[in-house]
Amino acid sequence: MITTSGLTKIYRAHRSRGREVLALDGVDLHVREGEVYGVIGQSGAGKSSLIRCVNLLERPTAGTVTVAGQDLTALAGRGPRAGRELRKARSHIGMVFQHFNLLSSRTVQDNVELPLEILGTSGKERSRKALELLDLVGLSDKAKAYPAQLSGGQKQRVGIARALAGDPKVLLSDEATSALDPETTRSILQLLRDLNRQLGLTVLLITHEMDVVKTICDSAALMEKGQIVESGTVSELLATPGSELAAALFPVSGDASADDRTVIDVTFHGDAATQPVISQLSRTYNIDISILGAAMDTVGGKQVGRMRIELSGRYEENVLPIGFLREQGLRIDVLGKEPLLVKEGAK
Amino acid sequence: MTWSEMQPLLEQASWDTLYMVGWSTVIAIVGGLPLGILLVLTDKGGLLQNTVLNKVIGQIVNVARSMPFIILMVALMGFTRSITGTTIGREAAIVPLAIGAIPFFARLVETAVREVDGGLVEAVQSMGGNTWTVVRKVLVPESLPSLISSTTTTIVALIGYSAMAGTVGAGGLGDIAIRYGYQRFETELMWITVAILAVVISLIQFVGDYAARGLHRRGGQSGAAPRLRLLKARAPANSGATGTESPAAEAPAADVSKVA
Repeated sequence: MITTSGLTKIYRAHRSRGREVLALDGVDLHVREGEVYGVIGQSGAGKSSLIRCVNLLERPTAGTVTVAGQDLTALAGRGPRAGRELRKARSHIGMVFQHFNLLSSRTVQDNVELPLEILGTSGKERSRKALELLDLVGLSDKAKAYPAQLSGGQKQRVGIARALAGDPKVLLSDEATSALDPETTRSILQLLRDLNRQLGLTVLLITHEMDVVKTICDSAALMEKGQIVESGTVSELLATPGSELAAALFPVSGDASADDRTVIDVTFHGDAATQPVISQLSRTYNIDISILGAAMDTVGGKQVGRMRIELSGRYEENVLPIGFLREQGLRIDVLGKEPLLVKEGAK
Repeated sequence: MTWSEMQPLLEQASWDTLYMVGWSTVIAIVGGLPLGILLVLTDKGGLLQNTVLNKVIGQIVNVARSMPFIILMVALMGFTRSITGTTIGREAAIVPLAIGAIPFFARLVETAVREVDGGLVEAVQSMGGNTWTVVRKVLVPESLPSLISSTTTTIVALIGYSAMAGTVGAGGLGDIAIRYGYQRFETELMWITVAILAVVISLIQFVGDYAARGLHRRGGQSGAAPRLRLLKARAPANSGATGTESPAAEAPAADVSKVA
């Protein structure tokens, strides 16, 4: 649905030659239709530049952006201003902002009608559509209120309703929940999830909160210094040895192995058998297992996540149980002599 | 000088002042508003970034702003004649008044429009809006309270300028105060003029502040219904712009369970 290839953005400081900032360094992103795709990274990693390049609010220095089969970079033309075709394409891409960006001089309903005014929809139709969308986001009673009278979460709902006014196939979310408290964040994410399912909306969101990715994303990408370091669906990431993103999404803690114990990380990446492996392991080999930490989720009836368990005795004494776990299709990392495979608390 | 002598003088002078200030304000807004917006749009990072044009307009505005009004009036005489056909009288005074007020107002507009959050501009762009849409739907409506304050300031400044219009025989309150009050030692008349000016200026300032605050309130936290909704009546097809709306009560917490 959204594909970028070799996307590069260089910011040149005015007047001072040679001072350039490479915000995006050849980013290849592929967002499938109907999925929620999260791009995570620290401040300055290039996330904002990336999402702004997708609807060409920022002109990429090089590379192409294709949204719904339409090459937007080709529509952009040479000039700094957006031409008619690009504007038309943009009107079919919804965007939600961190600071909501609602017009304080308009009521909630008028704010939602704004994109329709731009599209040239008639007054009656605009009003009907706006009320319908406000109902969808659960704010039909606030149509006549002004944004200043709403809470942060309500403002973002209005922002989402407005983004949906142009019947977009794609929704871009620029840190939509970063200015909200955890409770409100959850309700907004739930709303995005519902919209994604109900309307078949493809959502590309950027965030610096691992929880956001964990809560709603089907796929995720990690950005560092303008590059995508890792990407894939959540279970693909878990199946990748040494994936930083997987470790950060499913953080576990506990000490490393010692002479009298073996600590292993068991990764469930969704392809494994659905039987309760840990208790089977315990029964089969008659050993004691302590769970040091676990971060698990059930996605589509399959268990995904990671678990750190401790077996008594040295590694050599536990070769058979570990072999058993591997046979179940789980990924096993032994913590101990070798350097830690997982970075703790990558958040 | 008796009151019966003063009254017609003052009446005529008040009308003259109102006439000159009124028309020059209209022209100042018509000319200054686009100019001020253009100053913002053509600035570095603006939607119509054009450094050369920006510098040129900025320079013209600066020069015109620094010109004492009395000099501007004399200097513009040729121009005034070409427009009104005369260099004396009320109509002749309107031309330099308006020309003096346009850059003044433009600078105020520039400041007001610059205050508008860039995120709003970005939002409208992301909806497919062009520069004109941004100006019409974002820059002007969002800075309207500031623009009204700017207009008030401009009107008050114009009343000050108009005192000098007497030099081209345009009359007005300032002219009365100088000619009768100062040159004929009619101190009484001068003080009455001063009082009228003070009242008029206070009144304008009050109305301007009230309008600006009324518009601003809907953006504030008070939750009270805005009073001056008629100013918003041009918003298209908006059932909310009726002014009979009940005060919006403090919003209850978001109803999470209502989500689809």
